[in-house]
Amino acid sequence: MARVVFTANLKRHIDCPPAEADGGTVREALEAVFRGNERLRGYVLDDQSALRRHMAVVVDGRPLRDRVHLSDPIAPTSAIYVLQALSGG
Amino acid sequence: MSDRLVVSTRKGLFWIERARGGWGIAKADFLGDNVTLALNDPRSGHDYAVLNHGHFGVKLHRRSRGEWREIAAPAYPPKPEGVIDRDGWGKDIPYSLLDVFALETGGPDEDGGLWCGTIPGGLFRSRDHGESWALVRPLWDDPKRQQWMGGGTDWPAIHSICVDPRDSRVVRIAISCGGVWETRDGGETWACRADGMFAAYLPPEMGRDPNTQDPHRLVQSPSAPDRLWVQHHNGIFRSDDGSASWTEIEGVAPSSFGFAVAVHPREPDTAWFAPAIKDERRIPVDGKLVVTRTRDAGRTFEILRDGLPQIHAYDLVYRHGLAVDDSGDRLAFATTTGGLYVSEDQGDHWLEISHTLPPAHAARFVS
Repeated sequence: MARVVFTANLKRHIDCPPAEADGGTVREALEAVFRGNERLRGYVLDDQSALRRHMAVVVDGRPLRDRVHLSDPIAPTSAIYVLQALSGG
Repeated sequence: MSDRLVVSTRKGLFWIERARGGWGIAKADFLGDNVTLALNDPRSGHDYAVLNHGHFGVKLHRRSRGEWREIAAPAYPPKPEGVIDRDGWGKDIPYSLLDVFALETGGPDEDGGLWCGTIPGGLFRSRDHGESWALVRPLWDDPKRQQWMGGGTDWPAIHSICVDPRDSRVVRIAISCGGVWETRDGGETWACRADGMFAAYLPPEMGRDPNTQDPHRLVQSPSAPDRLWVQHHNGIFRSDDGSASWTEIEGVAPSSFGFAVAVHPREPDTAWFAPAIKDERRIPVDGKLVVTRTRDAGRTFEILRDGLPQIHAYDLVYRHGLAVDDSGDRLAFATTTGGLYVSEDQGDHWLEISHTLPPAHAARFVS
């Protein structure tokens, strides 16, 4: 299972401990986490379910390429970090 | 007479109370967070707060029986494939909640009803104390919405919502930049109602188009609801016929530019404004912080400055930053440089409550 870790800045607003999630893409892994924590979805994704403009996701050391559909593939050993982008906001 | 104020700031929500020793900061909620608006609903006693976290989006919280809890935020519907939806400047409109610029209760006969104005131009309605929200589709789907433009923000902002005290189905809203719009049937049909407003900063052929006007703030007289006041990007406007037509108020010293306006609850001819030099220089004239007041529907104005800083003051009062209480005697305003001032005599004299608050978005009396 992939490991999903959220920025500490997000933990100030909502409970989001590191999670283990199944899935073949970033979207599938995040959706698995959101199923147990529905409110968290709105802090990471926007109304169209794209990654929020000032959020960033790093998969195994690489920035997410598909910020709209989150289709980047992941492996069972992947580490997914959900971070604040440095673009501001 | 209200002894309580709520001030929304860049770094928290502050409750100000008048006690035996005078006015003071009684409590702060959400310290460190960007609270852009707050609302007390006198029907239910609930408090509402809007938080814009930047990275993490816009969230709404409600306090019932002392406990704050996050509730639903308005959400835009999926943008249909292939639909072209652009604003008046030709930019693609994001179907996403970028900010909340207005939050108001429905009428006294609409228990739990709330209206919410947002960026990029969607009006939302809740009928269950904010547990759920629905986009007001007839307004969103009106093709004239695509002529709206961003003003001080990138996208159109619905910032003022006035529910007519005579009939809760009659609601007027103001948009930067989209003029004033009115519904008479609770949101089923809408019409633009900004005839007479003009924008000197637009090309002449566009300047009088009601649908591209930039009202900064719209308020309605509770005692004579056909009287409305607008602080517009271009000056001050007044309507005496329920927004059917608008007249510019000219020659206001020291300036007719600003964002905020408040109207007396029982005297429709009495209104207050918080002037700044002009759009390209948004600071008080000569570094002197003042409020202007008319008592005769705009024929004359007084400049109120007693108790306000008169040297090197660069405060700006945002559109929700000036408030009057239900007696009409108490006024308050909060500024972008952390000033908070209260008057107990309609603005003749002012008390400085603080000059070290975080930058303020909004101030409101609580009944």
